Amino acid sequence: MTFSVPHEAPIGPLSRRKSKFAPRSTPASDGGEKLTTSAMIASLDSEGRNTISAPFGHALCDLAKTRDDIVGLTADLSKYTDLHVFAKEYPDRFYQMGMAEQVMISAAAGLAREGFTPFATTYAVFASRRAYDFIFMAIAEENLPVKIVCALPGLTTGYGPSHQATEDLAIFRGMPNLTIVDPCDATDIDQATRAIADHNGPVYMRLLRGKVPDVLSEYGYKFELGKAKMIHDGNDVLFISTGFMTMRTIDAAKRLKADGIDAAVLHCPTIKPLDVETIKREAAKTGRLVVTAENHTIIGGLGEAVGAELMRSGVFVPFKSIALPDEMLDAGALPTLHHQYGLTADAIAAQVKSWM
Amino acid sequence: MAHPTSQHHSNTSLARRAWNIRRTALRMGAVQGQGYIGQALGVADVLAVSYFHALTHRPDDPEWEGRDRFFLSIGHYAIALYSAMIEAGILPDDELETYGMDDSRMPMSGMAAYTPGMEITGGSLGHGLGIAVGSALGLKRKNNPAFIYNLMSDGELGEGSTWEAVMSAVSHKLDNLICIVDFNDQQADGKTTNALATGRGTEAAKWAAFGWHAQEIDGNDMDAVVAAFDIARALQDPRPRVIICNTKMCKGVPFLEERDITHFIRVEADEWDKAIAILDKDMPQ
Repeated sequence: MTFSVPHEAPIGPLSRRKSKFAPRSTPASDGGEKLTTSAMIASLDSEGRNTISAPFGHALCDLAKTRDDIVGLTADLSKYTDLHVFAKEYPDRFYQMGMAEQVMISAAAGLAREGFTPFATTYAVFASRRAYDFIFMAIAEENLPVKIVCALPGLTTGYGPSHQATEDLAIFRGMPNLTIVDPCDATDIDQATRAIADHNGPVYMRLLRGKVPDVLSEYGYKFELGKAKMIHDGNDVLFISTGFMTMRTIDAAKRLKADGIDAAVLHCPTIKPLDVETIKREAAKTGRLVVTAENHTIIGGLGEAVGAELMRSGVFVPFKSIALPDEMLDAGALPTLHHQYGLTADAIAAQVKSWM
Repeated sequence: MAHPTSQHHSNTSLARRAWNIRRTALRMGAVQGQGYIGQALGVADVLAVSYFHALTHRPDDPEWEGRDRFFLSIGHYAIALYSAMIEAGILPDDELETYGMDDSRMPMSGMAAYTPGMEITGGSLGHGLGIAVGSALGLKRKNNPAFIYNLMSDGELGEGSTWEAVMSAVSHKLDNLICIVDFNDQQADGKTTNALATGRGTEAAKWAAFGWHAQEIDGNDMDAVVAAFDIARALQDPRPRVIICNTKMCKGVPFLEERDITHFIRVEADEWDKAIAILDKDMPQ
């Protein structure tokens, strides 16, 4: 099979923020129905899917039954990171640190120094942008087993750049000692929570909270730290995806199948250390277009990590990336934004067809 | 009953300990021809009281679970802490000549992975007190009666994270946390009081307003330092404790005390011996 390599199109349509206070369209002006920005944490297309409530919080409680070393900290976001489940079950092992991410992270380091395994939660924007120096120096420099678990990764809220952590992976990938995990669904979160608790070092985990879709269980999937897992194989396209984008690549593969395109889905929930061996082995199988897919800016995330590893390894294959653009993203309803920025299964399928 | 510590075995005066710490710091500075000697000379009295009066520790077992933890938030003060730890027998005296050299256990900025007894990696200022908050919480979880001491500088009063930690320590009633602020009124670009600090006589009130037990003392007055540490340790009160120690950069070496820019003081090659000679003329018993 041969591939045409079309001129690189921008990923997703351009932002609507054309200029300051530029008039936007209204329902009256274009006749279309407008969605409304939902609560800060919008649900992820859970309609029609089985969901599990608060998988992180419940997994942590389960772990805490047998592990006295587990403690929880939050910077005023227990309800929005599902840590409230743990706080209710283990009030004396829960520390409310207030709206103070820097001391929350430093205090987690202090607790780890004294032998505890702290799970510290906030939003991804605050951990990555505000507390970076503290994660680097107080935790990573001493390789302390603090688990930083953050809601609102990438584009999972319609509140705009203040809450959209579109570059958290890029920020954290350069931090030595730090393991980075981007789980896909409730099954992944449940298993990853247990795995990172057992890992003797610092971890940053992206979190989906509330009612989280359960997708991977039907594929007999098991999370393993540092491992990419083949969800299903295919001959024409190899998706390498992470986070909730694996839900989307699974669905995109179904749509492509209808058009006679056979797509494999390799789920890569550990961003660092990357499972280079599996990625190389799968990418090197001839005849497949390799497409990375991530809920993150095109800069510095999974796509760049995979692309660089393949080039360094001498695996030269057709290679494309689906990711968010290098832009300040719009505010709006999450389904609107996912459509606008090309993260939906339909958009992925269409994009891949245009590349074939 | 506290475990016997080094001070209990010795009749050496705290003044002599401080003098030894100053002299060791000067010898280390002479090795490199540079170093944060102004800070080391200024804080030597505080360190003498810490290691030879206040801290419960075992020099031969710096990771002993029962020890008081002493955090050096100001990584660049490492020369001062190395000197104190050499004096305390935690580090060997014959290693001081490796200070700042490749493969040394005594790098220019203090790091936990390099040096026995160096509890945390400081240097990124405004970190120590926050870590101390977590360690104090951890000790309480373990019912460990040890204290956490965090030595920070007046320059760190400008870091927002310091004040997050100040509020957090009060919120969590950390009566096992003692913060020591070395107030020498110098930071890299000049006087701390020309930047964000408001100066001697005003800083303790800020901490007290946040809910800390706050003392402000002359950090080069040995009796005052001892008394302040005793009060901070003995207090039966759920408040965290701070001791603002007003110190003089380069204390004990008058010709250096008079220099203007003393954050990273320039000492000529021949002046190290001169400084040591001045100290030697005035050795306390």
